Amino acid sequence: MTASVIAGRPNRRRIRKGRVALHAFLITMSVVWLWPLAWALLNALRPLSDTIKNGSWSWPTTLNLNNFINGFQQANLGYYYLNTLIVVVPAVLIVLLVASLVAFALTRVRSRVNLFLLLMFTAGNLLPPQVIIVPLYYIFNWIPLPSAVADNGRLYDQYIGIILIHVVFQMGFCIFVLSNYMRTLPKELNEAALVDGASLFRTFRSVILPLCAPALAALGTLEFTFIYNDFFWALLLMKTGSKRPITSALNNLQGQFFTDQNVLAAVALMVAVPTIIVYIALQRHFIRGLTLGSTKG
Amino acid sequence: MPDPQVLSLAPAPAPTGAGVVASGPRRRRFSILTRRDKIVLLVIVGIPVFLDIAFIWGPTVASILFSFTNWQGYGGITAQNIVGIQNYTFLFTQYTLFWPALIHNLMWLAFFVFIASPIGIFFAVLLDREIRGSRFYQNVFYFPVVLSLAVVGIIWELQYAPDGFIDSALGLTKQTNAIDWLGNPSLNIWAVLVAASWRHVGYIMVLYLAGLKSVDPTLREAAAIDGASDVQTFFRVIFPVMAPINVVIVVVTVIESLRAFDLAYIINQGTNGLELLSILITNNSISEASLVGRGSAIAVILLVISLVPITLYLTRVMRSTGE
Repeated sequence: MTASVIAGRPNRRRIRKGRVALHAFLITMSVVWLWPLAWALLNALRPLSDTIKNGSWSWPTTLNLNNFINGFQQANLGYYYLNTLIVVVPAVLIVLLVASLVAFALTRVRSRVNLFLLLMFTAGNLLPPQVIIVPLYYIFNWIPLPSAVADNGRLYDQYIGIILIHVVFQMGFCIFVLSNYMRTLPKELNEAALVDGASLFRTFRSVILPLCAPALAALGTLEFTFIYNDFFWALLLMKTGSKRPITSALNNLQGQFFTDQNVLAAVALMVAVPTIIVYIALQRHFIRGLTLGSTKG
Repeated sequence: MPDPQVLSLAPAPAPTGAGVVASGPRRRRFSILTRRDKIVLLVIVGIPVFLDIAFIWGPTVASILFSFTNWQGYGGITAQNIVGIQNYTFLFTQYTLFWPALIHNLMWLAFFVFIASPIGIFFAVLLDREIRGSRFYQNVFYFPVVLSLAVVGIIWELQYAPDGFIDSALGLTKQTNAIDWLGNPSLNIWAVLVAASWRHVGYIMVLYLAGLKSVDPTLREAAAIDGASDVQTFFRVIFPVMAPINVVIVVVTVIESLRAFDLAYIINQGTNGLELLSILITNNSISEASLVGRGSAIAVILLVISLVPITLYLTRVMRSTGE
């Protein structure tokens, strides 16, 4: 016993030393990771005149919210938030609805067909969007729409076009995740509902959908972030700059504030606010959404 | 993008044999569907299938077909527009931006595969153990994942600007010898890769942590009893049983690097050292010119490269979902 105590002591000390080194490393990395953001915030809070006078690497003489206020007004950010809202809300709702319906239906068809369709949807979601953008651009210009739906009679340069491409592109991922999720539900549920005389639709709405609530919450959070953060589709398929959602609008806003990096930093941080809210408030769902596809259930 | 968009992952069969047990002999299920039910199912599946073909697979095929033409975006395509492999030979032999773009894409890929993803895995392994503040560290590293690449680009421009943090910290000023990190065509790709990794590391860490949680803890205990060090335990025990997640990590990493667009575009429209295949496609065929054939030929090359990870991923889905 004495021997083991003696032997244990240096060992424990070694462990403690290891722990200290580990925390030192992790704290250093944390500082490195947070630094770019802290720097952006610091710049956004300083007037440009202060930066110019003292250089950016200097103790700030004044800190205020003027860059945020001016940036918000000059860039018309409220307007761009609204553009984003017009796209994100319908896109997320539609993609979740469509994907859960398809995933439900696929659990009801023979597994060969099921597998083939799953592969098709999933592979579609994995393609780099740039592979399909050129034909898509012409298709969006070519399909005629009634003017009640699109004022230029096209999908191009219209919110409905942006919503559509988000739904179609994200559908594959959502179907894949939801069908995996539904497969983990006990099969007896479906059968019980059928025996009780519930219609197909009723089984979906009253039995399956409520059970998928955790997956839907996770996917909804994730899809909100994905679509909110989209830069590419709206950049290429929405020509009118003032109609672009906020993330794509950053491209033009960057030019507008070329001469004032500090206001640009403030604008970029304001653009990030909704995703930061997701990070703080819906973190659990976001992480679950990210990992849902990679691990079963 | 979609970020990264983003991105879908393969289902991992449980590392134990559970998956095998669950899939017993297949039963014929739900044979009591009415005719009406069948029609409803057909419509529910049919419309999304149609949309998927019309807006994803159709355009994919169209890209391939366009790549053999010199169509310029207006008028019909006639036999005279068919030019064979001319677009491809032009890319390989005369188009000065093509090879740089391809090399940048490969650099992006290599940087992510050999540096960013391993760092993410390393963080995950460190944070998977019971250490104080593990949650805090996780939150810090994964924070950039929620940001759009456009925002990431602007945040890092402030680091790299000639009067930004890095030059100031190095004591370089505009008047003297500031390094123009984003303006120098031989440096800027590295600068962008660091910024891209800032976000990618957290993404990989989150995925790997989820995988590590599913590893049977008795494996670790057994390894510890056998006197294995932490490093040995990871490489000899944990890493092999994580094979399904490792495939996911590889697929995610490769696809993310092929999709790279936003960051380079927001910084300088993908010019002057930041050329990427994805940006050449849009610049040639939509934004700056309407050389549909040339852009499509680049798209086909990007498609062929991305088929590698996509196939890898699909075979895995088939193996774990199929039977």
